[in-house]
Amino acid sequence: MSQFLEISGLCAQIDADGQKKQILRGVDLSIPPGEVHVIMGPNGSGKSTLSYVLAGREEYEVTAGTATFHGQDLLAMEPEERAAAGLFLAFQSPIELPGVNNANFLRTAVNAVRRARGQDELDAVAFLKMAREAAKALSMAPDMLKRNVNVGFSGGEKKRNEVLQMTLLQPTFAILDETDSGLDVDALRIVAEGVNRLRAPTFSALVITHHQKLLDYLVPDRIHVMARGRIILSGGPELARQIDQEGYTKFLAEVA
Amino acid sequence: MPAVTQTREAVEKLGQSTYKWGFETDIEMDMAPKGLNEDIIRLISSRKEEPEWMLEWRLAAYKTWQAMEEPKWAKVAFPPIDYQDAHYYAAPRKKPGPKSLDEVDPELLRTYEKLGIPLHEQALLAGVEVPEGERMPVAVDAVFDSVSVATTFRKTLEEAGVIFCPISEAVKEHPDLVRKYLGTVVPAGDNFFSALNSAVFTDGSFVYVPKGVRCPMELSTYFRINAKNTGQFERTLIVVEEGASVSYLEGCTAPMRDENQLHAAVVELVAMDDASIKYSTVQNWYPGDENGRGGIYNFVTKRGACRGARSKISWTQVETGSAITWKYPSCILQGEGSVGEFYSVAVTNNHQQADTGTKMIHLGRNTRSTIIAKTISAGRSDSTYRGLVRVQPKASGARNFTQCDSLLIGDQCGAHTVPYIESRNMNARIEHEATTSKISEDQLFYCRQRGLSEEDAVGLIVNGFCRDVLKELPMEFAVEAQKLLQISLEGSVG
Ligand SMILES: Nc1ncnc2c1ncn2[C@@H]1O[C@H](COP(=O)(O)OP(=O)(O)O)[C@@H](O)[C@H]1O
Ligand SMILES: [Mg+2]
Repeated sequence: MSQFLEISGLCAQIDADGQKKQILRGVDLSIPPGEVHVIMGPNGSGKSTLSYVLAGREEYEVTAGTATFHGQDLLAMEPEERAAAGLFLAFQSPIELPGVNNANFLRTAVNAVRRARGQDELDAVAFLKMAREAAKALSMAPDMLKRNVNVGFSGGEKKRNEVLQMTLLQPTFAILDETDSGLDVDALRIVAEGVNRLRAPTFSALVITHHQKLLDYLVPDRIHVMARGRIILSGGPELARQIDQEGYTKFLAEVA
Repeated sequence: MPAVTQTREAVEKLGQSTYKWGFETDIEMDMAPKGLNEDIIRLISSRKEEPEWMLEWRLAAYKTWQAMEEPKWAKVAFPPIDYQDAHYYAAPRKKPGPKSLDEVDPELLRTYEKLGIPLHEQALLAGVEVPEGERMPVAVDAVFDSVSVATTFRKTLEEAGVIFCPISEAVKEHPDLVRKYLGTVVPAGDNFFSALNSAVFTDGSFVYVPKGVRCPMELSTYFRINAKNTGQFERTLIVVEEGASVSYLEGCTAPMRDENQLHAAVVELVAMDDASIKYSTVQNWYPGDENGRGGIYNFVTKRGACRGARSKISWTQVETGSAITWKYPSCILQGEGSVGEFYSVAVTNNHQQADTGTKMIHLGRNTRSTIIAKTISAGRSDSTYRGLVRVQPKASGARNFTQCDSLLIGDQCGAHTVPYIESRNMNARIEHEATTSKISEDQLFYCRQRGLSEEDAVGLIVNGFCRDVLKELPMEFAVEAQKLLQISLEGSVG
């Protein structure tokens, strides 16, 4: 049976100053429905690149390997088609959209995916009600919906705004790229609860993090360690605790 | 006057007078012969049944024009225009229009649809003909509804004492007012194109708002119905007396059929003590094709005089059309404490060229001006913001704030900002800020990851960039203008 998300031998490179730079060197990973998987790994190992490639960022050229989502060839789809199919990426560094009202942005996005999924579009009133409730559940100030997308948001506010978008877009597969970094303990818990509310037999997540703290709340199913563009080690939740205490060096040395 | 009636009357009038003047009687070619000379001007004046003074005024302007040369300073390029190779007077419709919407260019209809323009207005805009004595093929009631709505509007205005009529009618019905103000803000000899316009103008509007009257409606609502009649050499004059106010909107978001290549309009505004005029423009003339063939040359002179103390003139423009735009709506801030504002969005795509901006001339004490100019360039287009802020010696306490932002889409377009600041008063405060930015790949990807198509993403970002200007537009047009911006930039990325 085809897995929910299945990545095999994935290689990707980027054109940096006219030079081809290989970043992903054969990533193998499969995530069954309902599970939360974690990727840890030193800075620069390719974690964000993997999330971008899965979300369809065109700068990264896939040179080998496959990725399927619900049995569909993910790599052949446009970014917006992937979003409509249920893939969501919470960005490590959320992007600012000057002059674009947050609520308007969210509604445009929600209605775009609803349309693509064959659902009715939401009118402004129904949407605002939903958005306000979701924002409240994430302890976001009500004026966050009126402000411009991520403009002048603090680091923590940006991360919460990502989780708000995720909540409203109702993905079946979410990638969270260091959504916990820069958050204080309370914010961390709120964000984790936001993810937990989505958990269902039909929802999976790939969580990129350096910290055990988030995982205390999320209770992941599998931990993967990435280094130099490859998954070098996988294990149960205890692996994350080990890394948290001992660092990456030991594991990198073992596989090297 | 409603569009349909006016057109019909104009056609009837022409039918009667053509023979008398010995011009071609071929119905499809009901126009003056090519070329510009005194006889042609006499013809225009007599067809319009104008008084003698108007003819003299036109002839004087023509003499001035003959001695002038086309300006060359703007950053636009176009092949030389042969002014003798054009018709300066033509019946409103040279060729029979399409018989039904089925015959209209589907591309045009697609745009109307995207703009959300109702079917009956689509027909009007596309120039669909109604055969004599036959019912309109589509939405007949709607068409006649809008006609009756226009009549109602007219009555409301009359009751308030507001005069709002075609300029040619005003020349005959309100000659004292027209004579008093015409050419006092933009003298015929101001520039090459204003001189040309003064000699040959045939269309346009006249607005007079008497003392203390707030015009009871946005003149946009009315104008929308009449929009089809905008002509090649439009002439508009708006006079607002002490303590009175008006909001006027010209143009239309929908692209219109128009076979004239050269447009040279003149707009004059006069505001007395405590008067305010809000003039909004949505300009979407044919920009030419992707390869830069065809398109309108839009050479416009727009100027407002804040003659009275504390008077205010506000220009808002959304310019997306035309192959070439050359336009600087300006304010002469004469009255003490008067206020001038200029809010502009100029979009160029493909091979369009725009050289636009404003002039704020501070003459009186404590005069203030604000300039917010947003320039968006895509494709191989080229756009220049050119703005002058001049403070004369007597304008103590004058203040200006200028914000010019350029947004580039792709790397083959150009954007230029050319500010001229001339201050002859030590007490004046002038601030100028300018930014240039690009729609980044990051922004596009972020939006697409959230499910937006690339086009919707560009539309959203562009509308965000223009928000400070769009919010100045009358409500119903702000929504259309947003859609228009997105449509104008279609195919500019990816
Ligand atoms: N757009 C890019 N241009 C050049 N180099 C890049 C780009 N994106 C990523 N890289 C490089 O690829 C490597 C992996 O980066 P990244 O995926 O961000 O790692 P991680 O998220 O694991 O810290 C790094 O060496 C980084 O510098
Ligand atoms: Mg990263």
